[in-house]
Amino acid sequence: MQALYAQLLVGLINGSFYALLSLGLAVIFGMLNIINFAHGALYMMGAFVAYFLLNNDYLSIGYWPALLIAPIIVGIFGMILERTMLQWLTGLDHLYGLLLTFGIALIVQGVFQNYFGSSGLPYAIPDQLKGGMNLGFMFLPIYRGWVVVFSLIVCLGTWFLIEKTRLGGYLRAATENPTLVRAFGINVPRMITLTYGLGVGLAALAGVLSAPINQVRPLMGADLIIVVFAVVVIGGMGSIMGSIITGFALGVIEGMTKYFYPEASNTVVFVLMVLVLLVKPTGLTGRAA
Amino acid sequence: MAKKNGEEKIHEGSHMKKSIASFLLGTALAVTSAGAAFAQDKTVKIGALSDQSGLYADLGGPGSTLAAQMAVEDSGLAAKGWKIDIISGDHQNKPDIGTAIARQWFDVDKVDIIVDVPNSGVALAVNNVIKEKNGVYINSGAATSDLTNAQCSPNTVHWTYDTYMLAHTTGQALVKAGGDSWFFLTADYAFGAALERDTTAVVTANGGKIVGGVKHPLNTPDFSSFLLQAQASKAKIIGLANAGGDTTNTIKQAAEFGIVKGGQKLAALLLFLTDVKAIGLETAQGLNFTETFYWDMDDKTRAFSKKFSGKMKNGAMPTMVQAGVYAGVRHYLKALDALGGNPHDGVKVVEKMKSMPTEDDLFGKGEIQPNGRTIHSAYLFEVKTPSESKGPWDFYKLVGTVPGDQAFTPLSESKCALLKK
Repeated sequence: MQALYAQLLVGLINGSFYALLSLGLAVIFGMLNIINFAHGALYMMGAFVAYFLLNNDYLSIGYWPALLIAPIIVGIFGMILERTMLQWLTGLDHLYGLLLTFGIALIVQGVFQNYFGSSGLPYAIPDQLKGGMNLGFMFLPIYRGWVVVFSLIVCLGTWFLIEKTRLGGYLRAATENPTLVRAFGINVPRMITLTYGLGVGLAALAGVLSAPINQVRPLMGADLIIVVFAVVVIGGMGSIMGSIITGFALGVIEGMTKYFYPEASNTVVFVLMVLVLLVKPTGLTGRAA
Repeated sequence: MAKKNGEEKIHEGSHMKKSIASFLLGTALAVTSAGAAFAQDKTVKIGALSDQSGLYADLGGPGSTLAAQMAVEDSGLAAKGWKIDIISGDHQNKPDIGTAIARQWFDVDKVDIIVDVPNSGVALAVNNVIKEKNGVYINSGAATSDLTNAQCSPNTVHWTYDTYMLAHTTGQALVKAGGDSWFFLTADYAFGAALERDTTAVVTANGGKIVGGVKHPLNTPDFSSFLLQAQASKAKIIGLANAGGDTTNTIKQAAEFGIVKGGQKLAALLLFLTDVKAIGLETAQGLNFTETFYWDMDDKTRAFSKKFSGKMKNGAMPTMVQAGVYAGVRHYLKALDALGGNPHDGVKVVEKMKSMPTEDDLFGKGEIQPNGRTIHSAYLFEVKTPSESKGPWDFYKLVGTVPGDQAFTPLSESKCALLKK
């Protein structure tokens, strides 16, 4: 039974990453109607930016400032992408956005792989979060506890921003009817660019969070993104709360699978996706289009 | 002709003998003329098949292609009129893709030899294709000892290392040092299974016992669930029967969960130079493991490695797999040179390779056994502490040397069908 508690907690930790990433995807899909396949590459860039901030010849910027700086830098990169490329796809079939972002992801990953190889670079856990505590049923590394708490705060904050504030209201209105919102004097294209920046920033933030746990590797996002897409599909495309809850829940389910039948741990999410699509094609919390 | 039909029927018996004789003569002539033809045929096509972009790309991948190119350049065969081409392919760690590329290379591109092929699952699948097409196979990247044991082939040479060697060096040393209870974290495919099997044999033979294990999918980003199970098992040694990115993630996360501090020891059964680089000395220090090549062994290995590193985009030093590709291709080209031309006959070339002792700057002197296994020394290393390391790739200190005849499967224990002839 003790082992079960430990596995639940470990699942929750992985769920934090799923939640942060699927949240970004849901925000982008909900507001821009773009299936952002570059999300994994942007997550990877977040981790790499944190690495470069720490390891360069000029100034050594540690983990804490990187939590803010890396998402901003990668977010700006995302906004440039949106302005120069993605905005031209408004109104076109989803497939165009998917192919474009997939292509961007391949290019970004290829460039990083060319210069840094595939096995990755080490990034140390910040001193304040080193060590762990004995919970009785398991040894919890403090860093992992921090990841769960922090990502939960960020997820709920984003949900609050979009669903409960005036700014979020504009955003949702702009998705429903951009022309009308524009008539009220709101700069809709700029708002959309900023939203894409926000979604990308969330991915980069997840990247920084994962840098000390995983290797900073060019393919770290590619390995994760397929699972995250499954999470979004299960949760319901574009649903903010749905993606947060599903992210954590699937982390836990995957963790359980690793305990009871480890061989299936990398397929269980997809089996669930198939089941959900069969029973409720809009996803668990999705509304029919 | 029609007139003679009756006559011929009468003399059918003797005619038959005559035609067999002339047929044989014709064949003999054809063989000799073909022999004359291949004496002049000095074209070779080498295919470097590897994981070019995944978790094994750094230990083989583009570096292995580079190593093959350097071997061709250093062989000096171009000056003797040889024309040697190299192509490379990405098997993506999928046996179906690996065999499809191998077939296309033999059927369409007329490749003579396939080198590298890390990932035991792909390596075994490709082994069958090469045997069927009568090509040459110098495997350096894959670990499974089955390549020269149960699934040995007259077309195959297995360079660098295998699971038997890893089990009998690192594994044995750990059991003898008191690590008598083991828990395995095993990559769930041919390689993990082979390494676990060979290590289990060593552990039990030395009086240790296996208390449990868990199989994880290839390319797993998070090992915490598995590590918790290993921790709960209370085994003295946690044996890592995985490789590349999986091993680096396991070691890094084991440190996070305080496994080594809790008194359990990690056995990195297979660890490469690029893995140590990725983990960082802070976490990797003190790990014991076995390799058959390290760049900083002597002047010859240093000279090769610095040249290699200068040509790599990320400045990486060669791993033992890449060194094995270099040495294997050098030996292959020596055999071709000795044959005086390329017969495009895999079995024949491999027989020639086996008949010549191996000697190169990277692995020293050795031999290829009848089952295709290359024999050379293996080295026990320990990862340096950050303060001991004097440069970006200064990672290992030598702890011991195991002579080749003790490191690899004795022929008496091999089930290879080639040995029964």
